[in-house]
Parts: sequence; structure tokens; C-alpha cells
Amino acid sequence: MSTRLTSGGRLVNKNKAVSFTFNGKNLKGYEGDTLASAMFANDQLLVGRSFKYHRPRGVVASGAEEPNALVNLNEGADFEPNARMTTTELYDGLTAKSQNHWPSLEFDVGAINKHLSRFLPAGFYYKMFIHPRPFWKYVYEPIIRHSAGLGKAPKDRDQDRYEHFNVNVDVMVVGGGVAGLTSALAAAKTGARVMLVEQTGHWGGRAVVDQPEIDGISAEDWVNNAVQTLESMDNVTVRARTQGSGVYDHGYVLAYERITDHAPTKEAPRHRLWRIRAKQIVTATGAIERPLSFAGNDVPGVLLAAAVRDYAVNYGVSVGDRTVVVTNNDDAYRTAIAMKKAGLEVPAIIDARPAATGPLIDDARALGIRIEMGRGVAKVKGVKRVTGVAICAQEGDGAILEEIDCDCVAMSGGWSPVVHLWSHCGGKLNWDAEAAMFRPDPARPPLGADGEGFVITAGVANGHLRTDAGLADAHAAGLAAAKAAGAKVAKSKAPTAVDADEGAISPVWLMPQGAKQALRSKAWLDFQNDVKVSDVQLAAQEGMESVEHTKRYTTLGMATDQGKLSNINGLAILSKALNADIPNVGTTTFRPPYTPISMASIAGPARDELFQPIRKTPMSDWHTENGADYEPVGQWRRPFAYVRDGETVHDAVNREVVQTRESLGLLDASTLGKLIVKGADAGKFLDMMYTNMMSNLAVGKCRYGLMCTENGFLSDDGVVARIDDETWLCHTTTGGAERIHAWMEDWLQCEWWDWNVYVANVTEQLAQVAVVGPNARKVLEKLGGMDVSKEALPFMQWREGKIGAFDARAYRISFSGELSYEIAVPASQGRAFWDALLEAGEEFGVMPYGTEALHIMRAEKGFIMIGDETDGTVIPQDLNLQWALSKKKEDYLGKRAQERTHMADPNRWKLVGLLTVDGSVIPDGSYAIAEGENANGQGNTQGRVTSTYYSPTMKCGIAMGLVHNGPDRMGEVITFNKVDGSTVDATIVDQVFYDKDGEKQNV
Amino acid sequence: MSNSVSALQGKVAAGEVTVREGGLRGMITIRGDLSSTKLQNICKKISGVAFPKAGKANIAGDSGLAWMSTDELLLLVPHGDTDAAIEQMAKALKGQHYLAETVSDARALITVEGDYVRDVLAKLAPVDLHSDAFKVGDFRRTRLGQVAAAFWLREDDTADVICFRSVADYAFGLLEAAAKGGRVGFH
Repeated sequence: MSTRLTSGGRLVNKNKAVSFTFNGKNLKGYEGDTLASAMFANDQLLVGRSFKYHRPRGVVASGAEEPNALVNLNEGADFEPNARMTTTELYDGLTAKSQNHWPSLEFDVGAINKHLSRFLPAGFYYKMFIHPRPFWKYVYEPIIRHSAGLGKAPKDRDQDRYEHFNVNVDVMVVGGGVAGLTSALAAAKTGARVMLVEQTGHWGGRAVVDQPEIDGISAEDWVNNAVQTLESMDNVTVRARTQGSGVYDHGYVLAYERITDHAPTKEAPRHRLWRIRAKQIVTATGAIERPLSFAGNDVPGVLLAAAVRDYAVNYGVSVGDRTVVVTNNDDAYRTAIAMKKAGLEVPAIIDARPAATGPLIDDARALGIRIEMGRGVAKVKGVKRVTGVAICAQEGDGAILEEIDCDCVAMSGGWSPVVHLWSHCGGKLNWDAEAAMFRPDPARPPLGADGEGFVITAGVANGHLRTDAGLADAHAAGLAAAKAAGAKVAKSKAPTAVDADEGAISPVWLMPQGAKQALRSKAWLDFQNDVKVSDVQLAAQEGMESVEHTKRYTTLGMATDQGKLSNINGLAILSKALNADIPNVGTTTFRPPYTPISMASIAGPARDELFQPIRKTPMSDWHTENGADYEPVGQWRRPFAYVRDGETVHDAVNREVVQTRESLGLLDASTLGKLIVKGADAGKFLDMMYTNMMSNLAVGKCRYGLMCTENGFLSDDGVVARIDDETWLCHTTTGGAERIHAWMEDWLQCEWWDWNVYVANVTEQLAQVAVVGPNARKVLEKLGGMDVSKEALPFMQWREGKIGAFDARAYRISFSGELSYEIAVPASQGRAFWDALLEAGEEFGVMPYGTEALHIMRAEKGFIMIGDETDGTVIPQDLNLQWALSKKKEDYLGKRAQERTHMADPNRWKLVGLLTVDGSVIPDGSYAIAEGENANGQGNTQGRVTSTYYSPTMKCGIAMGLVHNGPDRMGEVITFNKVDGSTVDATIVDQVFYDKDGEKQNV
Repeated sequence: MSNSVSALQGKVAAGEVTVREGGLRGMITIRGDLSSTKLQNICKKISGVAFPKAGKANIAGDSGLAWMSTDELLLLVPHGDTDAAIEQMAKALKGQHYLAETVSDARALITVEGDYVRDVLAKLAPVDLHSDAFKVGDFRRTRLGQVAAAFWLREDDTADVICFRSVADYAFGLLEAAAKGGRVGFH
């Protein structure tokens, strides 16, 4: 059984017990435990079920590479799925539930899937597209439904806060092991700005467990000194519990700090995402031990060899009383020695190599441990926990020579450097056949904008498994990074280290090497996604030659651990099946983040009211207080209508239209774009930007203008006012302000850089109110100030002056067809001006109106709306706007494009008005039906609706639409489709429904 | 002018680092040839401060000059003084190609004050706020979260932030949340 030992446990405080629950069971651990170590202390080997076959699974590793031990953590607003037990630090009150079990962890019906495993082969999902459909529906689906998914989705709002943090450093060191500490020290001593991060809560990595001697003192003492030195330096930032998660172009690094996961509190943010701009990056990310592929290597109690000694040394827990070590290298002997020293039994070391010698092997032998060379594990015995191993010859096919009782198997297939961060941005790898590992190729690092490398890898991550060589490498990396970052670098000495000499590893990709199908189909490669040796071999047989194909076909390495344990073993199996060398098969792509990071940390502060900026006008508060039913327009929210008690939105819209047409309405038009264009060449410039002439507009006057893209399509429209000799003010649509500003700058900076024109976006400087209706003049006259009479301020002109107490510019323009003024005042005066208008307008029953009333009134007048009548494929000619296309001008943006044959084609659909025969409203998006079918068997069309409303003025449905030869077909009735499958007939009419002669606006 | 109000009307979020809306400030966007002596002189005359180098701002009380880009400058004056300033410029720069437009009310000014003010800004803006890299006198156009903004340090523990008026409450909310999130301990 697994239990707490009397000795060991350098990270746990045995004076402080903490309580937690697992699947409702109350358990105890110590402060400093991880959830995984505390589970071992409570003899809880079984922690979850596998994804596909629901096999019992236990903890395999002791760190971020753990594939199995994922749990649903906590409840409600604290809930977190897929928490790794091995990286979850224990605290009092923690609750965990295992995932993927049904109905319970101990008794899982889903495990029946294993009996169906021959129906769930590699490429299952792909094959199911071919197989008979009923089988899918009645057999696979019901079973797989219960198997699918990992953790549960959170149901409650996350109660915690998250934040981002931007920093710039010279040298970013990822990894707080002895290599990372060495690199950081070397770089820091040059005076460079250094940041060092470590993903766990503790410094020193593996060295503090395996205890090499560094600079003549113990690794633990050396690490403590190094951390103290770094912490005392002003130019250095060190952060534990902070994972270097991703490396991106230009030396951008994302680091994920888990601030309160180990000690939940409301006071501090839970996670902080560091957005680091580094001149140089050192990845001292260590290595991950590889599992061995033998049958039953997924039974709870089978762990990585180093993890077994980590649990004993760091947490003082044993995985079992009797540990069999299975290895192909010397390092795993350290586990056997550590177990023995902890007073535990090691029945045997099974070494797959035919022969090996070295000090670690000698030490093990001296402790009386039985060593079996040239042997392998045929299979592991036990279901929910290990009960023993069957031993065979590694060179054979799995014939059992002997069975050994044990309750823990410590396996080691060698070490794979963690090359993820090196590779994220394009660092290349070499296959080192002798060491059986991919290691970074220093000659092919990720390259920055200057063509030079910006990532240096150090220590074990660079393939230096021995401490002394690793530290020399890390020291050199630190200096090289500082130098490349611009620091002055003096020669300095690297730390020296002594550890036990190790013999050569012998690659073992399958155990035994001639394992039969029955064994291969129980030898797991990817624990989390349930991929076995036999699956990868099947994929190769079925033609998946590329590793990327095999990955997708088998899902190898596609789980949340991204194949940290499985990738190299899977590759090796694939290369063997393809008869290719491992480097020729290649690796899959390493993508950030290194381990999953919380979605909330990515969002940072962007939640609730800070989720997205919502632009507000000076009058927005009034709108909100007065029933505004908002709609998004760009990043603004504009009132669609102001809904009063007892009204529907539709009622409100109709009321607003009627009131405005009959008396007085107000529109908050502040969101309209306002661009100042100034300079000696401004007229010439605007003549290019607009289709009509703007250079000859007289000071004091306004003109409606159209803008097209260089491809001829309508892009924006609005009223332009000539302010003075050199200055024009261009109104744009609400959504177009920033876009048209950028568009103007683009042409000025890239094409007409020698023209004397400056543009400024003053949209937000001005609050603008449309004062509309037969009583518009009266209300302004009541406020007093400038003369707004027909004579003093004629239609399509503007004047500046005071209206009441307000600094105003008044434009006589109308988008409604009524007598209308648009009054601009400084934004700071906007709300007071609005209030003054409401007060003065009371006797006229003044009402503000929303965007829907605005739309209806302009449609009644047949005015087009950018985004309704236009959709990026419509040209002014389609909308009968030829009058706005200057014939005098030699050129304007879009002119030449509009002469292309397709644009000049008389068959283009053209704008007309539409009146339904029955008075109903044509549904938005309706098409006019034509005879026959097209080549795809779809019904032909001859037009479509672009705007359609109920008109409270006409008291019937009105619409505009683009219709084939429309203007030539006045009076003709055509048929439109409806969403419910029926149709509606409409008569083609002139698009101006109301006040065709424009008498109302010109009074 | 009692009719004039700033976007957040002096809203305050007090704490270890306090966020305070700074009220109305006169601002003029100037586009022009920044190497022009005439332009430099009139800007200096109006603001009473030295002409700023690239990436810098010289601010004294309510007045100052901030470098916005190679052909753009921000002139700060008391809120009521913009029209007079623009007239002065028009006289001084007659015949020269330039643009000067009042943008006072297109902006909001937010002051952030407290000893970890650099941490607060660094939570929201991709700017190197290390004391070696960003000092009093430096000026940065950047973004806060998802909106455009610019800031400078009035003093070592006090930053003035400007953003568009329409997103003033968003920017204020971000700064408030960043301040409440506490010290990071990096700067």
C-alpha cells in the first residue's frame, strides 16, 4: 500500500495537518503536500478513469507532465475542471472529485468499453463515416456519449479576479532548477535586467532530490544561496509558481503566475498572466522522464521512476512497500537506492540492457538489491492496483520467466529534454541517437527580426543530463544571453558539480521488443487519450506515414497534456513500423501554452462591465434613465427606441415617428463621425475621396457626399460642410468614423504624401443633436441666440454662434424629410444642451427618437443607408445616385472601377421602392422570385429587399429593394419569399414614399 | 461655464493607489512640421514650457506640450483657453501648413496616484514602465486594455492618463480594478 513514511518529506510541514475531500471522502495531508502526494499518503492509488476505455488510472508523474490525475476541483464559484493533482498544492478545505467515472470511480460501467476495444480502433472517428449508419446510432453513440469529455464545465460565475502584467526585460530565464539559477546568476551579474520564473512553488528542480554536490556544498544549500543572491539583486525578478508558458515572435513570452491557487483568498488576483518582452530568452526547462511501453503500464501503482523518489524525498510518501524498478538507464537506480534508504523493499531492478556497469549500479548491488539484466516486464498484474509483474527476456516475445509480487513499478525509459519553449517559435531539434533524445540544435534557434537567435537553451533542456556539464552550459547560456541583450560581459567561472557517473542508455521503445499483439494492445503510449502501441502500428499499416497524420488518426498527443509522456515513444513506434529513422519521421509541432492555463487569465480584467469598452455619448446616462432599448452601432450603444411603461418597442418606434413628423423630435447624433480636413490641397483631396465635387463647396454651405472604395463600391456617405477657405468638416456614418479617418490617412501617407492636407478626427469633441419636426425652429428660437430663420440659415447651410447659453454650430440638414437642424456643441456641454432642448420643447410634446425611428423616416423619404442599401457589392449607380457622381472631375476613388463592364452592365439590380399589395411588411432579407431554376437547382431570383419597415406615416409596409431592371418596371407586381415558406406580392414604386417634392424640409 | 461637465465629473476610487478623474482640460491637437521654428515658438509661448523631444512631454500645471508623433503635438492649456490659443496660432502661423483643432471634450483625463502606480499602468498597457525606462517627462501613446490612451508621470508616484471621452468609464474601471488588484512588486 502507499503510505506516509516516517522519514523524508523536505517540502511538507508535518506539524500542520490539513483536511481535504476526494469524492466526498474526508482525508488528511500536510501543509506542503500536493494533492497527489496527499492521495498517496491516504493509500488512494486510484484517482480517475481513462478517457476512452474508462480504465482505472493512478498518478504517473510528480509534475506538470502528469496525464492521468485530473480532477474537478472545488464547487460553485470556485469550480475548476481538469486540475492536475501533481501541480495542485494542498490547502485546508480543498475538495476534489475524480473525472470520467460513471456511476462511480470504484465501480465504473464505462469500463465495459474495454471489451469493445476492438470496435474502437485507431482512426475510429474517421472510419465511422464509412461504416453503416445504424451501427453508429444504436451501438457506438450511446456508449461513447458516456465516455466522452474530461472535466465538467463550470456552471457558476468565476468569483476570482485575474490580471495581466506587461514587463520588458533583457534576459528571461524559464526554469528554476540549478541550470536556470545558474543562467540567471550569470546574466544578472552583468547588470542585465533579468527575470527568472519557476512553475512549481520550489526552487532547484531535480537537483534537490538527487543531490549532486555543487561548488563543494549540497545542491540544496547551493540552491538556497543562489535564490537568496538573486532575490537581493535590484536588476532581478524571481517568481515561483510562475510558468513560462509560451514563446512568441520578437521575444514575447507569456508566463502564467498562480498567485492564490495554493492559498485561496479574495484579497489578491488568482492568476496573473505576465506579458514579457524579452531581448533574450533562456529556456532551462529540464527534462521529462519517458515511460516504458509494456503491457499494463497504466495500472495504478506504475509510475515514472523519478516520480517515485520525488514522492519519497519531497513529500515523505511511498507509492508501495515493494517497488520493482524497470529501466534502460542508470538514473532509475537512484529510485531503487532511495527506496531502500527509506526502509522499503526493492524486490528487483529489471534492466533491459544486456549488461551495464557504473557506480549507481554498484551502489544498488551493495544495498543487496537483485538486478536482472536483459530482462523486461511482460505484463503488470492487477487491475485497480499493481499486485506484481511478470518478467520476460527483453529480446523475446513475452514468454513469462518469473512473476514477482510488488505494489509499485518504477519505470524509466530515459529522459526527453523539454524542448517545447525552444520550439514554440521555430527552434529546430536534432536526434541524438546515442542519448536517445531530441535535443535543441543551437545552430538553428528561433530567429528574431534581425535574423539572430533570441532563444538559448540551457542545462538538461539542452540535453546535458549530467550536472557539471549542465551547469557549465547554463552559465555560458546566461552570459551569451546577457551579451546578446547588450550587456557588457566579463569572463566568469561556471559552478562545478559532482554526481555519479552514468553508463549509456539503451533505447527501449517496446518491452519486450517482440511483444505479441495481446501485449502490444495493453501497452499504453498516451495515457490520457488511451492510445496504445497497437494503435500507432495500425495507423502506420493503414497508410498514415506522416507523424502529423498518425497524431490525428490515433489522437496520440492530442490530450490536454499534449503528449508530454507519449510523443517520443509514439514516434519511435511509428518510425519502427514505417522502417524509418526517428529523425526522418520528425516530431509534431509544439504549441503554447506548455500546460493549459486558465481561460480567465487570458481574459484578464476583460469581464463583466470591463468585458468590452462600450462607447457612450454625453447623453447616454439620460437615455438609460429614460427607457432606451439599445442596439450596438460600432462600439457605441445607441437607443433603438425609448420605451415607455406599457409600450412594446414597436409602439415606441411608431410614437416617436408620429411625434417627430407632427411636432418635434430629438436625436442624439453625437456618434456620427466628424473629420476635419485642412490644408491647401484639402479640396483636391476631398474631390478624390468623394464621388461628387467638394472643392467648389462654398464656405457656410453643406453638401451630401458619397465615398467609394477604389473598386467602385459604396463605402460611406455623409454631409460635408465647408468651414473656411482651407477647412472642410466631413460627417461619416457612426461605424465609419475611425475607418474613414484611417482610409484618409492611408491615402495621404502612402499615395499623396506630397499634398498639403491634415486630417483630425473630432468626432468626440462634439455632442450633436438633431432637432427635427415642424416645431424645430420654434424650439431653437425659444432658446434664443443665433438667427435660425429660413433666410438667415437656409437649407443645406450652417452657421456658428450661440443657441441659448451654448456654443453651437447649426447645420440645416435633414435625414428625415422634416424641418431639421443638427446642432453641434462641445461634448462637455452636450448633456446640458439636451436637457435645455427637452425643457424648451415641452410645450411641443418633444420626444427623443431612436435609431429605428431614424431609419423609418429616412426610408419614407427614400434615403439610402450605408449597410442597408449597401453591402460591399453595391455601387452608386445601383442606387440611382448618378447625380452624385461628378462628371466634371477627371478622377475620384472608384471612378475607373465603375467603368468596368460588370459595373456598367445594364442588368445590375437597381434600387426601387416596394409597396406590398396587402399592406403587410416584407420580411427582412426577402428575395424576389423569378421563373425557373439555376444550375444548382435553386429557384431563380430577380431582386432582394434592402430595407423594410412598417411606416406609421403611410400606415402600411414600405420597403426598398434592388430589382432587375427595377426603375423600368414601375407599377409591376413581383413576388417575394417569406421565412414561413409563403410569399408576398409587392408593387414596384418610386422609392420616395413621403413628401416627394421636399417641401417639408425646406420651410 | 456651469453647463460644461467632464466625462466622469470628478469620480474617485480611493485606495493605496487612488484613481481620480481629473476634470476638464484644454487640449489642442496640432498637426504640422514639428521642426518649424515658428511652430515651436508659438507652442512654447502658449504653453510656457520647452518644446518636447520625441516620446517626451513637458507639462507644468494645466499647460504643456506632448509629442504625439513625428507630425503631431498635443497642446495642453486651461479648459477655457483653447479658442484664444488657436487664434494665437493662426496669427503666428499664417501661410504655414498646419492644423490645430480643439479636442478638450473628446478626451478624459484620469490621474492615478500611489506608490505602485507603475504596477497599475503595467497591468493594462504594453509599456516598459521600469524606472530606468520611463521617467517623469516621458510620454507614451499606447492602449489601456482595449482602448487607446496616453500617459505621462507627473511625479514618480502620479500618472496622468488621457483617453477618449466615450470610453472614460471603461478606462476608469480598468485603472480602478488594476489598483484594487494590488502591488505586483516588479517596479
